[in-house]
Amino acid sequence: MNPGKFSRLITFLILIFFYIPIFVVIMFSFNASKSPVWVGFSFMWYKELFTSSYTIWKAFLNSIIVAISASFVATVLGTLGAIGLYWGKFKGKDYIWIISYLPLIIPDIIIGVSLLIFFVFIKMKLSLLTIFIAHVTFSLPYALMIVFSRLQDFEYSIIEAAYDLGATEEIALFKVIVPISFPGILAAFFMSLTLSIDDFVITFFVAGPGSTTLPLKIYSMIRFGISPTINAISTLMLVGTIVMSIFMRKYLRYIF
Amino acid sequence: MLGSSVEIRNVDKFFGDFQALDKVNLQIKRGEFFSLLGPSGCGKTTLLRIIAGLEYPDSGDVLFDGISVVSIPANKREANTIFQNYALFPHLTVFENIAFSLRLKKMSENEIREKVEKLINLVRLEGQENKKPIQLSGGQRQRVAIARALANEPKVLLLDEPVSALDAKLRQELLLELDNLHDQVGITFIYVTHDQAEAISVSDHVAVMNNGRIVQIGTPYEIYESPADRFVATFIGETNLMKAEVVDVNDEFIRVIAKGLGEFSCYKDKEVSKGDKILLTLRPEKIKISTKPLEGINSFHGVVEEEIYMGYQTKYFVRLDEGYILKIYKQHVNYLLDEKIIHWKDEVFVTWNPNDSFIVEVEKG
Ligand SMILES: Nc1ncnc2c1ncn2[C@@H]1O[C@H](COP(=O)(O)OP(=O)(O)OP(=O)(O)O)[C@@H](O)[C@H]1O
Ligand SMILES: [Mg+2]
Repeated sequence: MNPGKFSRLITFLILIFFYIPIFVVIMFSFNASKSPVWVGFSFMWYKELFTSSYTIWKAFLNSIIVAISASFVATVLGTLGAIGLYWGKFKGKDYIWIISYLPLIIPDIIIGVSLLIFFVFIKMKLSLLTIFIAHVTFSLPYALMIVFSRLQDFEYSIIEAAYDLGATEEIALFKVIVPISFPGILAAFFMSLTLSIDDFVITFFVAGPGSTTLPLKIYSMIRFGISPTINAISTLMLVGTIVMSIFMRKYLRYIF
Repeated sequence: MLGSSVEIRNVDKFFGDFQALDKVNLQIKRGEFFSLLGPSGCGKTTLLRIIAGLEYPDSGDVLFDGISVVSIPANKREANTIFQNYALFPHLTVFENIAFSLRLKKMSENEIREKVEKLINLVRLEGQENKKPIQLSGGQRQRVAIARALANEPKVLLLDEPVSALDAKLRQELLLELDNLHDQVGITFIYVTHDQAEAISVSDHVAVMNNGRIVQIGTPYEIYESPADRFVATFIGETNLMKAEVVDVNDEFIRVIAKGLGEFSCYKDKEVSKGDKILLTLRPEKIKISTKPLEGINSFHGVVEEEIYMGYQTKYFVRLDEGYILKIYKQHVNYLLDEKIIHWKDEVFVTWNPNDSFIVEVEKG
């Protein structure tokens, strides 16, 4: 077997391995039966999802609220942090850099537990707000890293040129630094969004009563047997993700 | 006049322990085309950045029109810079790059359009208004950088090796354009370069720098014809350096004796006395070469060791009878009809006028 054929086979197998479970979910979302045996095509689970699954929608809404707000805050903070870390001149910069990306490799379970202990310690009631704070916390290092790597390919003299032409620091930030690193900032936002939408472990620790997010909701439903409405909402989310990534690609092209 | 005069007084600049500028003093007249010339790493960019306000001197003062500007930040100083790499805004079009400073001044859209169009005509970028910097050639980028800097109506334009990234032919063209532009806008140009030919061809005055220090300031003519020291003599153009000892001193001329050459006369452009050891510089194009004996006070005989035909001239390396190897450039006025073409291994006579050598170092004997 020649190497070309071999690598094509491997790629093919990986793709099958990847997509078969997803395909199964899509398939069973259209199944006319509750049990995982194919009976016939039907929209019944979608109908149920849209008519009589209030709690799922509530959880979905919570997820969206947390994802958008936490990603926004994480991206803003991450961008400012990246700019400071990249161009700032201060003592101990190297150490600050290390502790900023360390959370990337700390296991979620530890972050979850420590956030919980922290919230209990400061007597903060577990709610959407604590989930929001937790999501900002774990998205921030990603946002920072992504924006930071974008800054690396633009030269400081461009900022100096802005000052030289009369810009203040704020103008240089908003008219030069942010627009140039915008693709990175946008990428950081979308990364945070995906991290936030599907986080389970950390959210599990810091969620309180009435602040269930979609992953938590799906988990609690599964404990009482798999409901095909989960398949339906998963399929819808999949479609959403695909649409978003197509839109993003187009958008990113316009920025350059 | 639209330009400012610029004065640098005793400026020192340290980066950690490293001294990048050492007691730099300069006086630049308003409207002048002034060059800072020196090898890579000698501190040219650092000095330019201090004038621009992008770097602060550790001591000393910078004055525009006699008024100190060290406390004025770069965004308020009436100097604009053309950066070594142009530093155009990659996300903005040519038009918006040039309009950047105008928009900050909150000018009306009509005024901006009018002004940018004028500048675009000035730097000959018609039709490129809507391109992004990445779509431009090197020469076009440089013009955008110039137009962008001029839009702010600076009194001093600082140019950091603006043509060094371009190929030789374009470099010459743009250099001429810059010279014309300077005549048109009438502001002070401070031009940084490590290329002596560039500095000499366009400047009113040149400051030669080495290791953070100014070693000579003068017109291009003075810098080339009477270099202040060995560094300037060798850095600018090519030259013959000769170690010699003074054997006789007259009013205007001295007699010296040099190893490999023998005894000859030179102009006394520095105070020397008998027994001093001196270093002389003599430009290769000042020496006459012929296969026939030549008249002159300093006449020598030798053999052509090497011959490099350059088209407009030929470079000869002539080994004199006593061993010194003299570099000689012979201009071709009428190559084939010149008395006789001189070739490798030919025996030749050489001579130069005592006025043409200069003393660059004196060691009291
Ligand atoms: N920010 C800095 N930190 C430390 N050293 C610096 C800094 N900027 C410049 N230097 C040093 O100061 C010296 C002068 O630098 P400068 O950039 O002024 O040289 P230059 O004459 O412009 O050289 P080139 O022709 O290569 O551009 C160099 O040795 C350089 O390493
Ligand atoms: Mg430089």
